Amino acid sequence: MFEIFTILHDNGMLLLMGQYPNGPIGGVLCTLLISVLAVLLAFPIGVLLGLARLSPWRWLSWPATGWVYLLRGIPLMMVVFWTYFCVPLLIGHNISGFATMLCTLVIYESAYIAEIVRGGIQALPHGQYEASRALGMSHLKTLRLVILPQALFNTLPSLVSQLVSIIKDSTLGYVINVPELTFAANQVSNQLLTKPFQVFAIVALSYYLICFSLTWLANKLEAHIAQKRRQAPPQPASVAPAVMLTKPSSQ
Amino acid sequence: MGPMIMFNQVNKWYGAYQALTNLSAEINTGEVVVVCGPSGSGKSTLIRTVNRLEPIDDGQIVFDGIDIHGSSTRLNQLRTRIGFVFQSFNLFPHVSVAENIMMSPMKVLGVKRTEARRQAGELLERVGLSHKADAYPAQLSGGQQQRVAIARALAMKPPVMLFDEPTSALDPEMVGEVLSVMRGLAQEGMTMMCVTHEMNFARDVADTIWFMDQGQILEKSKPEQFFTQPQHPRAQRFLSDLRSH
Repeated sequence: MFEIFTILHDNGMLLLMGQYPNGPIGGVLCTLLISVLAVLLAFPIGVLLGLARLSPWRWLSWPATGWVYLLRGIPLMMVVFWTYFCVPLLIGHNISGFATMLCTLVIYESAYIAEIVRGGIQALPHGQYEASRALGMSHLKTLRLVILPQALFNTLPSLVSQLVSIIKDSTLGYVINVPELTFAANQVSNQLLTKPFQVFAIVALSYYLICFSLTWLANKLEAHIAQKRRQAPPQPASVAPAVMLTKPSSQ
Repeated sequence: MGPMIMFNQVNKWYGAYQALTNLSAEINTGEVVVVCGPSGSGKSTLIRTVNRLEPIDDGQIVFDGIDIHGSSTRLNQLRTRIGFVFQSFNLFPHVSVAENIMMSPMKVLGVKRTEARRQAGELLERVGLSHKADAYPAQLSGGQQQRVAIARALAMKPPVMLFDEPTSALDPEMVGEVLSVMRGLAQEGMTMMCVTHEMNFARDVADTIWFMDQGQILEKSKPEQFFTQPQHPRAQRFLSDLRSH
């Protein structure tokens, strides 16, 4: 146990931020940075992909469906390799491990986010869409103002668990030399030689703390919004007598 | 002046099943039409074709001179002029009652927020729910939700209102509050088409009753005539079934 603190004392900064500011940012910060960037980019792409899958136009829904099925059917490691070898061929020059991993995560996770968003939209009562259209709102306005706000809120827990997944998936950046937390930990472990258990205990604990606190935050947020929507219990009609337009006749 | 809504030889199929058969009818300005008939007779299908929530396969529906199912019809603009109230209310649960009413005037007609808010206040007063402006739909009873839904449809100032079984999803004690709002609208001269099973409402408020079965209007008559001496045998059977319980 004591050794863990010694390791943390000696290598804490390396685990936290890698070589930074003397080299590229690494460690926990790199993990967080790549995950947050991946979410920020994958989320809008995922939403668009999800909407495309549900769109009434085949030229839009079929490619989106194909994309989602393809990516959900292959391991993330394959996507890492394909991006690593193909992107330089396509654009003609090398890109950093960080950019490669970011691309991979965005491509891969957007497929999963698309499925979450699609599920969230399809779970809404169809009447919501019809009511909005019956008021004269266009398909896109309906999606933006009525459907997505509800669907995204309802899928918040799944979306956060996807973010947690992304954080965990970012460990694969290790194989293409992205200096994230796992990579930094391996450096430390190689230096110390005899203490892999302690080092990787630190790493596991760090991942757990990050992921657990995110889940916790999401639950708080969800409860807060749900509470705002129903501050008071429904009141029976008798409590608030309606001002009738005309004298009610017996039914 | 011609009829406000005109159905002209309308046909609609669900696969091999014919939901509407050569249906022709018209609704004049200020007229209140109540559509009744047994389940599966095509009432809801018919009312939903008027604002194109359901497509038709053949024939024409003309609203104020516009061919509703025409390929060049500007659907969204058309729908702003046809209020529609659903059986299941369909309020937007993620925004407040006032925002429900303000949304389409602001986003479709471009009404300023302050003006939309003022108008929402007026409409809520009309349906007796001024004190609920900032509540969320989940905090309201079914009857209150349906009154908000009516206010939301009225916010677009439509010349015609369609009601698709507006009280069928309500507990019995809440039916009256919704019907009284609808009575008020009828008295103010609103053109209305209502699918409903509330026969007392039909008797008191309707100018014309359409009795439907198997996708056809079998009888169009004044309420006094429909309830005392229905002409079509199917209508006679329908009414005696109603009275027997």
